[in-house]
Amino acid sequence: MTHDFKTSAEIVWCPGCGNFGIWAALQKAFQELSLKPDQILAVYGIGCHGHMANYLKINNFEGLHGRALPLATGAKIANQNLNVLAIVGDGDQLGEGGNHLVHASRRNPNLTCVLHNNQLYSLTVGQASPASEKGLKTKSTPWGVFDPPLNPLALALASGATFVARGFAGDLPHLTKVLVAGMKHQGFSLVEVLQPCPTLNYLNTFTWFKERVYKLEDKGHLPQDKTESFRMTQEWGEKIPLGIFYQEERPTLEEQLLPEKDEILAEQSLELSIEKLLTEFR
Amino acid sequence: MNDFNFKIAGEAGYGIASAGLIFAKTALRSGYSVFDFNEYPSLIRGGHNVYGARVAEEEVYSPSFGTDLLIALNQKAVERHTKELSPGAWVILNSDKATAPAPDFSPGINILPIPLIKLAQENGAPEVMMNNVALGAAIFLLGGDFKILESAVHDVFSSAKPEIIDLNIKVARAGFDFAQKNFKKRKILFNLKKKRAGKPLLLTGNDALCLGLIKAGCKFFAAYPMTPINSMIAYWAAKARELNLVYYQPEDEIAGINSALGAAHAGLRACVATSGGGFSLMVEAYGLAGMTETPLVIIEGQRSGPSSGLPTWTGQGDLRFVLGAGQDDFPRVVLAPGDPEECFWQAIEAFNWAEKYQLPVVILVDKYLSESRQTISSLDETRVKIDRGLLFSSTAQSEDYRRYRLTENGISPRAWAGQADLTFFTSSYEHDESGWAEEGIENRKAMMEKRMRKLETLKEEMPPPSIYGPSEAPLGLISWGSNKGAIREAQKILRVQGTETKFLHLNFLNPFPVEAVADFFRRSSKIWLVEQNITGQLAELIRARTGLEIENRILKYDGRPFLPEEIAVKIKEIT
Ligand SMILES: Cc1ncc(C[n+]2csc(CCOP(=O)(O)OP(=O)(O)O)c2C)c(N)n1
Ligand code: SF4
Repeated sequence: MTHDFKTSAEIVWCPGCGNFGIWAALQKAFQELSLKPDQILAVYGIGCHGHMANYLKINNFEGLHGRALPLATGAKIANQNLNVLAIVGDGDQLGEGGNHLVHASRRNPNLTCVLHNNQLYSLTVGQASPASEKGLKTKSTPWGVFDPPLNPLALALASGATFVARGFAGDLPHLTKVLVAGMKHQGFSLVEVLQPCPTLNYLNTFTWFKERVYKLEDKGHLPQDKTESFRMTQEWGEKIPLGIFYQEERPTLEEQLLPEKDEILAEQSLELSIEKLLTEFR
Repeated sequence: MNDFNFKIAGEAGYGIASAGLIFAKTALRSGYSVFDFNEYPSLIRGGHNVYGARVAEEEVYSPSFGTDLLIALNQKAVERHTKELSPGAWVILNSDKATAPAPDFSPGINILPIPLIKLAQENGAPEVMMNNVALGAAIFLLGGDFKILESAVHDVFSSAKPEIIDLNIKVARAGFDFAQKNFKKRKILFNLKKKRAGKPLLLTGNDALCLGLIKAGCKFFAAYPMTPINSMIAYWAAKARELNLVYYQPEDEIAGINSALGAAHAGLRACVATSGGGFSLMVEAYGLAGMTETPLVIIEGQRSGPSSGLPTWTGQGDLRFVLGAGQDDFPRVVLAPGDPEECFWQAIEAFNWAEKYQLPVVILVDKYLSESRQTISSLDETRVKIDRGLLFSSTAQSEDYRRYRLTENGISPRAWAGQADLTFFTSSYEHDESGWAEEGIENRKAMMEKRMRKLETLKEEMPPPSIYGPSEAPLGLISWGSNKGAIREAQKILRVQGTETKFLHLNFLNPFPVEAVADFFRRSSKIWLVEQNITGQLAELIRARTGLEIENRILKYDGRPFLPEEIAVKIKEIT
């Protein structure tokens, strides 16, 4: 049976917000993967993206701004059977949580990070984020952003991520496909989603993106080629690539960390004798 | 009385700590009670390292003033420690690196020069093994059994190659023989002659915490390296595979505490350990644990602050911090064990409190307790009880599961992510009974009150604090945490001098045992407060909770632990 992942909560995103598309694509992806709600745990950052916690009927943990990845990693270690997602914002993950993105990429926990990139701090009503375009005028940058934007895909790739992809909130079938591939991937998958924020980001609109995006798979891009993948992450402006940039297989964090590979740590008995341990202290 | 202080001192990198452990094990296995400690700067090589141990036939709870047997591996050790030598003390002097102190500086002191490096090298060993030469000589002087020393060397170096172990034993033997040949006729006032056989344990606070956590069923331990909890990391990392546990080294303390919350959310007993600096980074997630009612045990090993402070020296300056850290009010439990035995039992209780009341529990220790070893007769694991609190098991009614159900005692049935046929919502935002974000006035009040009510419920089963000494004694001492040992030793000294005291040791600081403290005040004519910070943080807490003021404060904030003698002297001054 396919499950319905909707809740009855009233949705408070602005009309036309890119988050709607991501929300729909995620539900579709869960269905395509034949997942049951109790098999999924999503951990959210704090931002407009995090409101999704109220709209998906799965296990939800809305944690702290920037800290979804470590919390998700801990839960995955405790129970490998859970399909774990970190649903994060660009401000959230690239500002406050930048260090965690680097280290999750390096460690390769088997979970999926969905990065809602609206290139702005939206919930705090429109300051520049680390992903804002150079020159963008925001509430915190009346003279335009000085710095170049942080490139999450290049950062993850350089940090050792084993799955790096990009989707667009305005192309649901393609986004669903990318999310499904990311969730199927054994290891850390980063899916950046271009998410227009029509209320606050006047520059990176649906139209702006639609005129620019194209699909890597249509170009015959080979996601095994790291150098070429890295080159593709640098393309931004006239043309913006979507799809799977890079994928490789590498042992996951849990495979290496857990003493018994297939065991669910959370199901183990707590009883344990320390008699033998005590002998070392005599 | 056979009660003496041993010390070995020299340059960092010369195996002072392992030599100390070998000595301590030898004394323990010879039937003595041992209390030991390490002092070192935040350096890997070149600094001055000290290992000290008090050894006695009766139980000892802390080091005491003076050094009776000193092994001085270099000149600095001679310069630094001759001042503290007791009358008639013995000094094993490394004559290859140091010269004896001027005789007028050390009347009545016995200097035993030994060419430690030469003896090591003659036996085919490198210079660093000179500490074992010295140990061999010390054991001879103390009338100890070389076989026991040998067994201790064996166990301390158990992970080394057999040739290395043998070489260590060989050089110890060379030291033993050298002393036998050259210092045969010396008379020494104390000894390590083999006594009763028992099976006591010699544990640091960190060892005992690790054992307690593991016995409590903790399976996830995350800690970012920081003195004084590093030995916990080493222990967990070493045991993880064998015991089916996880030690997780996070990228920072923020990741550490959030990963532990994730693990706890999915059903594990999880713990983080850090010092004040790391705890500063954890504060936001400390509140997250409070808000989401996620059970978590946090070990905070204090050292002298603020900021980097004295990284390898002790202190008790973080009490106010852990009691108040985090925005707005949330329920928390703060424990402060006084010795390794309490570390073990409170680590287990901590998980029971954390899970039963669904909140963060802080175990506040310090460098001195974390890294000093104390002798404990036994830890009876059959007395351990694990209580996971009120759990929700998935049933047909899972649809109506309310994670934060309002109840009279504040405790809602807990579930964890991954339970079959159940989904639920956990949020750092204020939420309703089902976990959905909710900002309404009535809900907000009900939820704040529900969370705080858990502490009222907990108070009913909180263990009362311990009082040491005759309860009718009019003079009272109050302290918390690791000062316990020095105060109990001070009580012994005062008793010999004809002054009886009683001592209230607080190892449960939040919720605060208001009644027990008020009662102690009522039954004392005079009260002293003893703690290791500059403002008297416990005194402030007592005033805040009971309205009672303590004027006589014995405060120390120089990074060094209390010695019994200094407490006894201060009390004598004001009686
Ligand atoms: C520690 C901390 N700092 C700041 C905030 C305030 N804050 C809430 S949302 C937000 C920005 C969110 O931006 P982003 O992550 O890009 O999410 P968006 O709202 O754009 O989806 C900030 C700064 C916070 N909640 N916590
Ligand atoms: S402010 Fe922007 S991101 Fe937030 S809900 Fe509105 S449109 Fe979406």
